[in-house]
Amino acid sequence: MTTDPCFLGIHELHDRLRRREMSAVELTEALFQRIDATDDAIRAYLAICREQALEAARRADARLAAGEVSSKLLGIPVALKDVLLTDGVTTTCASRILDGFTPPYDGTAVRRLKDAGAVPLGKTNMDEFAMGSSTENSGYAITRNPWNLDHVPGGSSGGSAAAVAAGQCIAALGTDTGGSIRQPASFCGIVGLKPTYGRVSRYGVVAYASSLDQVGPMTRDVTDCALMLQAIAGHDPADSTSVDVPVPDYAAALTGDVKGMRIGVPIEFFATGLQPEVEQAVRQGIRELEKAGAVVTDVSLPRNDYAVAAYYIIAAAEASSNLARYDGMRYGPRAEAGDLTATYMKSRAQGFGKEVKRRIMLGTYVLSAGYYDAYYLKAQKVRTLLKQDMESALSGCDAIVAPTCPTTAFKLDEMTQDPLQMYLSDILTISVNLAGLPALSVPCGFDDAGLPIGMQIIGKHFDEATVLRLGYAYEQATEWYTRRPAV
Amino acid sequence: MKITSEEVRHVATLARLDLAQDEQERLAGELDRILEYMDKLNELDTDGVEPLSHAVDVVNVLRPDRVVNQPRTDALLRNAPARDDDFLRVPKIIE
Repeated sequence: MTTDPCFLGIHELHDRLRRREMSAVELTEALFQRIDATDDAIRAYLAICREQALEAARRADARLAAGEVSSKLLGIPVALKDVLLTDGVTTTCASRILDGFTPPYDGTAVRRLKDAGAVPLGKTNMDEFAMGSSTENSGYAITRNPWNLDHVPGGSSGGSAAAVAAGQCIAALGTDTGGSIRQPASFCGIVGLKPTYGRVSRYGVVAYASSLDQVGPMTRDVTDCALMLQAIAGHDPADSTSVDVPVPDYAAALTGDVKGMRIGVPIEFFATGLQPEVEQAVRQGIRELEKAGAVVTDVSLPRNDYAVAAYYIIAAAEASSNLARYDGMRYGPRAEAGDLTATYMKSRAQGFGKEVKRRIMLGTYVLSAGYYDAYYLKAQKVRTLLKQDMESALSGCDAIVAPTCPTTAFKLDEMTQDPLQMYLSDILTISVNLAGLPALSVPCGFDDAGLPIGMQIIGKHFDEATVLRLGYAYEQATEWYTRRPAV
Repeated sequence: MKITSEEVRHVATLARLDLAQDEQERLAGELDRILEYMDKLNELDTDGVEPLSHAVDVVNVLRPDRVVNQPRTDALLRNAPARDDDFLRVPKIIE
């Protein structure tokens, strides 16, 4: 077991901080040393806020010295995906169109972490506006997978995933619109949770596809995931889509006992196109849960094959509307051209990257006169069917268990020339977003090349507790989550 | 062909994107392929199916019209590409 504090869990560090064996300032400095030593190779961070972090660590130390022990996050260094607004710290969404943008307030999830005493170290790289599955669409940097620097970390929360895997933070926040927490978690061998739509406030999260976006934790084990979720979950009057339902004690769900729990295995998710090692590892993972007493049944998601098409119509449509606000008038660089419209057009053309333009174009097209019914309305109807399929599969079990992704991390540049191919790699994660369900990815093995594999656990609406309980029991039965990359 | 070069130009205007000729051509090809794939949805019978715009049931959420945040004019305006005192400078919009 490692003793390097950069690789310890929140729960272990909390004990050390509480006993004053280590101060929050010392811990924060250790993390910055680790970042300095490794981030030239990985490029997980877009911005480091050293001064603010040390100040926050000093405040945490003062609270600890005053005997405060209630918050497990007190003094814990975290990384934040650059889609989350941070008061006084540059937030660009990895887009040139927000170059230098400094928000005047914190998003709610960030605010709640800060109130709990967490220490934000910096902002992590991502696909521009969270559009992508490899973090290669960043307007600023290419992030590399800590397990193999020739491979992508996944996306769009690739910077957060790489930072957690490489010990450059203790935990991180990401966002998941079509798999953007779970897929990079799977590719980087860490734990990632997409909460139920409405569980975590989207206030202060730069919008990509508003009916799908959700903030969630990325951590090295399930216990830390539960602690992070506890801090950020709950109703927020500032987000009208956040839902006012009670937040349970997530740590209490981590009993290790899954006897009699019913898990559904969706036959379609194993039907085609899985890398053999992925299928093998996930099937082995399901057997582990069975050995622990869970009851396994087959379930069917008969129309999952249509999820990619429905998702990319809906997400692109919402994106084209949300991104209309970037016009070079109130923030970001302005490219002056003849009149107002020409200035809009030039500023947007210079500010947005390739993939963002592609999705704005696609979204504008499917919403335009003559095509709305054929594409957008059709996709919304298919969304109803996909949600019904998920609910019907979940009616006979407590959770669904499946691979997170069809493959392990692909190579840099392997998919960039074929956008549709990249979209299709999201096939196992996006139905969850369309249906608004919670889903966890936990490490469940490695392929022959030494790249991590993730197992996905999908739960019912607002039942993150069950998903975490299964993930924890699985984790305790295996050692995968203790492996560290050599970087 | 699902989408013509002319339609690409039209959509780019609607989206307020000044696309170079080569960008338009590349996008026409890419969008064509993507839209062709989207046609897969027509295999599903959706007659009588209600469209879903939101995964959780939402109703209007109302709140009292009360100011809860402090104005931070300077912090906001520091992000402006062009500024004149406490105002944003923008191109002329009325002839």
